[in-house]
Amino acid sequence: MPKALNLEELKSKANDIRKLIVRCTTAAGSGHPSSSLSATDVVTALYFGGFMKYNPQQPRDPDRDRFILSKGHACPVLYSAMAEAGYFSVDDIMTLRKLGSPWEGHPNMRRLPGIEASTGSLGQGLSIGIGHALAGRLDKKSYHVYVMLGDGETGEGQVWEAFAAAEKYRLNNLTAIVDRNGYQQTGATKDVLDMGDLAGKIASFGWNVQTINGNKMDEVVHALEKARAVKDQPTAIVANTKKGFGILPVLETTGDLNYHGKPLSKELAEKALALLSQTN
Amino acid sequence: MYLGELSGLKLGPAPRDAFGDAFKELGKTNPLLVTVDGDVGNSTRTEPFALAYPDRGFNVGIAESNMVSIAGGLAACGKIPIVASFACFLMDNAFDQIRMSVAFPQMNVKMVGSHTGISIGEDGPSQMGIEDVALACSLPGVVVIVPSDAATTRAATAAMIEHVGPTYLRVGRGKLAEIHAPGVKFQIGKAIQVRDGSDVTIVANGLMVAAAVDAATLLAKDGVKARVLDMHTIKPIDAEALAAAAKETGAIVVAEEHLHHGGLGSVVAQVTAAAHPVPMEFVNVGDTYAESGDPDGLLKKYDLTAEHVVRAARRAIQRKAS
Ligand SMILES: Cc1ncc(C[n+]2csc(CCOP(=O)(O)OP(=O)(O)O)c2C)c(N)n1
Ligand SMILES: [Mg+2]
Repeated sequence: MPKALNLEELKSKANDIRKLIVRCTTAAGSGHPSSSLSATDVVTALYFGGFMKYNPQQPRDPDRDRFILSKGHACPVLYSAMAEAGYFSVDDIMTLRKLGSPWEGHPNMRRLPGIEASTGSLGQGLSIGIGHALAGRLDKKSYHVYVMLGDGETGEGQVWEAFAAAEKYRLNNLTAIVDRNGYQQTGATKDVLDMGDLAGKIASFGWNVQTINGNKMDEVVHALEKARAVKDQPTAIVANTKKGFGILPVLETTGDLNYHGKPLSKELAEKALALLSQTN
Repeated sequence: MYLGELSGLKLGPAPRDAFGDAFKELGKTNPLLVTVDGDVGNSTRTEPFALAYPDRGFNVGIAESNMVSIAGGLAACGKIPIVASFACFLMDNAFDQIRMSVAFPQMNVKMVGSHTGISIGEDGPSQMGIEDVALACSLPGVVVIVPSDAATTRAATAAMIEHVGPTYLRVGRGKLAEIHAPGVKFQIGKAIQVRDGSDVTIVANGLMVAAAVDAATLLAKDGVKARVLDMHTIKPIDAEALAAAAKETGAIVVAEEHLHHGGLGSVVAQVTAAAHPVPMEFVNVGDTYAESGDPDGLLKKYDLTAEHVVRAARRAIQRKAS
């Protein structure tokens, strides 16, 4: 289990990861930086806040905790966190999306040890996580399973089938985090498919639910601590975030606050990196 | 270098753009047309229609199963729904809904799958529609169309809307060479002969028609005369054109941007085996998932170039002799 960073260190780590996200997607010339940036604080806390036990040298250790990125298009945040954690190098992830590179446009578990699920078709990660959680119970293992979903992704019926099943089995070894950034591909979630009281809906499925500001590291850490303490229920964290968090002033200049599925130009990336350097 | 360039073909619009334009245009005169989107209308190009006729565009969010069954309900009430997503999310994700809400009750739903094949490139295998044709062809009573360029995509869009019954139209993401003249005569189930020849027939659809034309150009340099058939409709297949090709050229190559099993190759092989067996060779993605990468690099790595078609044609011709 890697050493847990303190709050200030976690913030700085999140910032480093944000820089990598901007760099690797701009180098690739395609990808989903804004979807990755909203999720960065949660992913950083999971990998570096002492919540997940893992060993980059033994990515298949049966006792490891699992993180499944159900919103697979945000894999630049996962690749960047894993590079920082020592699974592979920063140079490696700069080959993102290039022919021959296992750092594909969406996570491919067959090519990259440490990736727990091949995702990219939205809606399936929570169910896969239930499979891991049920297996952990059968094998009398104490590992924990974390799944991150997008808010648009909760439009998939399968997500709700999974919410129901996890409650049936009272999976206290499962935590779902919804990255509620308010946007999906074609617009704001409130215009495309408004889930309204998302927290209330998940709670009505029998889950323990917390709602936090998912771009505030102290709130993220606190919520993950509380989730671990819940003993007889699965926990969901509705993380209210901003798509593109960390470089919002740069995205504002483009007039597109969703900025879905496109990399920053070289010029914008430089501005974004300069901004992130100031924050450090 | 794009497919078809070698043969002097001009680069035209992407099939998805041609589809989007034609659909919006047809919406003007056909008030029955509606569209159901799953949060990807700006990718599939149903968005221009939905913006032009907002009361006839429904975006139900990232929920393909729901989207398809809603289309089934709209069709039951006499509407003509165009339901579109990435081919993999439409066909693969909502397959049982397609079976029960569209195919089994023979609803007049027009399914359109974009982002087909491996040539979508960098997004990688999870977004690549390479099983879609096999799935669509497996469904009784569903017409399956894979156009090769902008002109035939426009024509196919109109033809599928005119056709009464469920259809599947496959529209690729990237720009393709112009194989056909604008206003080309297009009929569901009727292949278009693009080149005549007597030594071998290359049966192709989608982006592989341009590769087939290039292959014919290359083969001609060695005096080999290849016939090229644009088999835009896989179901119902043009059995007559295939039987004639088998008899007159004695060898067939099938080229498609799809998995080996269940696509155009399988259908052509079944028909040819029954009508007039001849040596056949297949050019396709194979029995594998691909990977992320640039479209050209991927087409080369996964054997989808004019050179691969040429080699397959030579093998088929050689087998004729033995
Ligand atoms: C099943 C499925 N349908 C459609 C898509 C295309 N798609 C990719 S990302 C995206 C929007 C996702 O929105 P959200 O879950 O809110 O994630 P965000 O990017 O906002 O973090 C869509 C529709 C997909 N990947 N999978
Ligand atoms: Mg979102």
